[in-house]
Amino acid sequence: MSELGPIFRALLRNKVGALLLALQIAVTMTIMVNAIHMIENRSSLMARPSGLDEANQFYLSSTGYAQDFNEQLVVEEDLRLIRQLPGIVDATQINAIPLSNGGWSMGLSVEPGEEARGSGIAVYFVDDNGINTLDVELIAGRNFSAAEIGYREANDTQWPQNIIITEAAAKELFPDLNLNETVGKTVYINNDEPMTIIGIIDQLQAPWVGWSAVERVMLVPQRTLFGSSRYFIRTEPGQRDAMIKATEQLLLDRDVGRLIRNVRTMEETRADSYRGHQALQTILWVIVTVLTIITALGIVGMVTFSVNRRRKQIGTRRALGATRWQIIRHFLVENALVTSCGLILGVGSSIALNIWLVDLFSLPRVGWHYLPIAMAVLLVVGQLAVLGPARRAAAISPALATRSA
Amino acid sequence: MIAYYFKLALLSLRRNLLLTALMIAAIGLGIGAAMTTITVNYLMSANPIPHKSDQLFYVQVDSWDPNQPYTEPNEPPDQVTWTEATNLTAAKQAKRQSAIATSFAVIEPERAEQKPFIASIRLAYSDFFPMFDVPFLYGSGWQESADQDLRRVVVLSKKMNDEIFGGEDSVGRNLIMAGTSFQVVGVLDNWELKPKFFDVTTGAFDEMEDVYVPFLLKQAMELPSSGNNNCWKPYEEGGFSAYLSSECINYQMWVELDSDAAKADYQSFLHSYVEEQKRLGRFPREQNNRLSDVMQWMENQEVVAEDARMMMYMALMFLVVCLLNTVALLLAKFIGRTPEIALRRAVGASKRTLFLQHIIESAMLGVAGGILGLAIAWLGLQGVSGLYGEDTKGLAELDLTMAALAVVLAIVSTVLAGIYPNWRTCSVAPAGQLKTQ
Repeated sequence: MSELGPIFRALLRNKVGALLLALQIAVTMTIMVNAIHMIENRSSLMARPSGLDEANQFYLSSTGYAQDFNEQLVVEEDLRLIRQLPGIVDATQINAIPLSNGGWSMGLSVEPGEEARGSGIAVYFVDDNGINTLDVELIAGRNFSAAEIGYREANDTQWPQNIIITEAAAKELFPDLNLNETVGKTVYINNDEPMTIIGIIDQLQAPWVGWSAVERVMLVPQRTLFGSSRYFIRTEPGQRDAMIKATEQLLLDRDVGRLIRNVRTMEETRADSYRGHQALQTILWVIVTVLTIITALGIVGMVTFSVNRRRKQIGTRRALGATRWQIIRHFLVENALVTSCGLILGVGSSIALNIWLVDLFSLPRVGWHYLPIAMAVLLVVGQLAVLGPARRAAAISPALATRSA
Repeated sequence: MIAYYFKLALLSLRRNLLLTALMIAAIGLGIGAAMTTITVNYLMSANPIPHKSDQLFYVQVDSWDPNQPYTEPNEPPDQVTWTEATNLTAAKQAKRQSAIATSFAVIEPERAEQKPFIASIRLAYSDFFPMFDVPFLYGSGWQESADQDLRRVVVLSKKMNDEIFGGEDSVGRNLIMAGTSFQVVGVLDNWELKPKFFDVTTGAFDEMEDVYVPFLLKQAMELPSSGNNNCWKPYEEGGFSAYLSSECINYQMWVELDSDAAKADYQSFLHSYVEEQKRLGRFPREQNNRLSDVMQWMENQEVVAEDARMMMYMALMFLVVCLLNTVALLLAKFIGRTPEIALRRAVGASKRTLFLQHIIESAMLGVAGGILGLAIAWLGLQGVSGLYGEDTKGLAELDLTMAALAVVLAIVSTVLAGIYPNWRTCSVAPAGQLKTQ
């Protein structure tokens, strides 16, 4: 590496140019590290399973408007007919849809009384077909029996005796007990109304994907009589779209003075809920990609200039015995030097920006492993960008040295 | 002379087309990305009612749980209870006041071929319409007496009137809603607020409601609640009226106060109101009343989404990279031209003329970059609408201000980017350069 000295001295002849490139690379790295960090952060949120069989589930609302609309009878008959349709696995009435951003939550505590510390928990009112329809797994205790299913009027404040909760909720309420010990425990709602945990399911997400307690859910064995009911329906694999049509037709044909609306699949619901996350990721990817391309093209442009300016010197070096590879190497090393300076600067600014973002947007700290990856990527991009103009430099004829400009 | 500089600049730009294209592309992309995100932020933070945003105040009182604040550190709840909504409006201590809330009901159109459908309802008092300068196409808001008399009157949005009455003047006609006959008293003109500042509890860019009815009908007709309904205290058995008299918050309270004195008076009214409620055993927390004008309230509710701000910062840094890139390329280009410049100086061109000539060259790059940037910003905004769907309706459109800003930003930043390279090359000593030729 005896060439390092001359390369460095040649660089110093255009200090500002080198500095600009180094700065550009530092900022590029800063954006890259922080953008990829945000992308990772969002995609890990999106990767959390909901616990459902999303590809084969849909739901709809049935809202009565006729004066003689009897919700209780209509819902029972609707569900019975829907379950009979070939291609339907099961159906339940439910008050809110997981991931949909609209629902009901309550506080549960392990001690009665106003001062007891409550844990927030999402509430789904379902019937005894709820577990099968949602496709969640009962891992301890038992399901609701058909006889346990009660009715809930809009302004009821009483709660039924038995509930089923998710494993995450069980762990939150009784961190020291195993699941089988948790079954049978009493918890309190509305300060002092006791409820018994009769079963625990593996996983089910709350309606609010941004909620810190998104895994804490309880199933309550009641049918709601709120005037508008939601049916949640699970179909055989691949049958969903056909079943949506069949179910809608079935319900429309029953002339009971109600509207069917908001027919949506779980997949649409997920896409809607995470639309912002998905969009941010796409936009950041575009920014990072375009940025890298611009930086690379900038390097190509600058090296091309520098080659054109040094044609005579290159010719002279060639005439004095430098090989083509040595000429190429000159430019590669030159770029590596400048890029490295930029990257070292970039490490500092990436961390600084991250600290600022953490402060401003409560984003988690950037993982250190992003730094070497971004450095390696930018170094390789820089070297590839130099390669083209450097090869043209190497093609300069040694005879050039003998001609005057 | 200027024309000659333009010609020279054009020649110089054409001499190395690829490089020129590269610089224009870099500026264009940088400006495009910056403008896309700036536009979204600008539209999100727009003042929806500029002429009186400092006279409209959102009222907050702290009726929350004694054991924990509504939001840390000690923020009062973002809505009020039914009790406060009705009491504060009835007290008439401001120039105008209205509690508002959302609900929904089934509308059964009289035309047989139209199916019943669900309409979103804005519950409001008569002051709502003059307070928020609501534009009317036909008729007007209801009389003040209709508020207390529980008259079944309704104001339709333009869209609703088009759907139900085919767009005709429907004032005086009847409409079956929630099983009850309502009389139409007014039809709104187009009214889209971005942000929908009077109620941001479920999102600042939600759609406007379909119909407007007197607030107290919620109680009389037991209309359902929509939006956010939060309770810290379980309520008693006793049906709908028990729910209404509970500590659940679901209502937004606005007052119009046209002077600082009026605002101070209202503050002290709130203080004495809360004292009175405390004597009745409510309001277990310390006094924590707040009046926020429209823009303060938008800021408090963080109407500009974090993601939008984050993207704007990223895009501005992206613009910095593009500009650094341009400076470096211009520098390399101008340095390559030193012999020519030396020659021109030797034959008598002053530093100033040369500087001007090169600035014109960078400005031309800026103009081209700005135009490209506009196109890219337009594409970018299409992309943003595509990615975010309905949420960004009306938030991803370039207006004239933004378009002008894009071009100005491009020219200014490119000229700035050109200053150092210019200064460098124009200050070469002619003799030294000419000797080596």
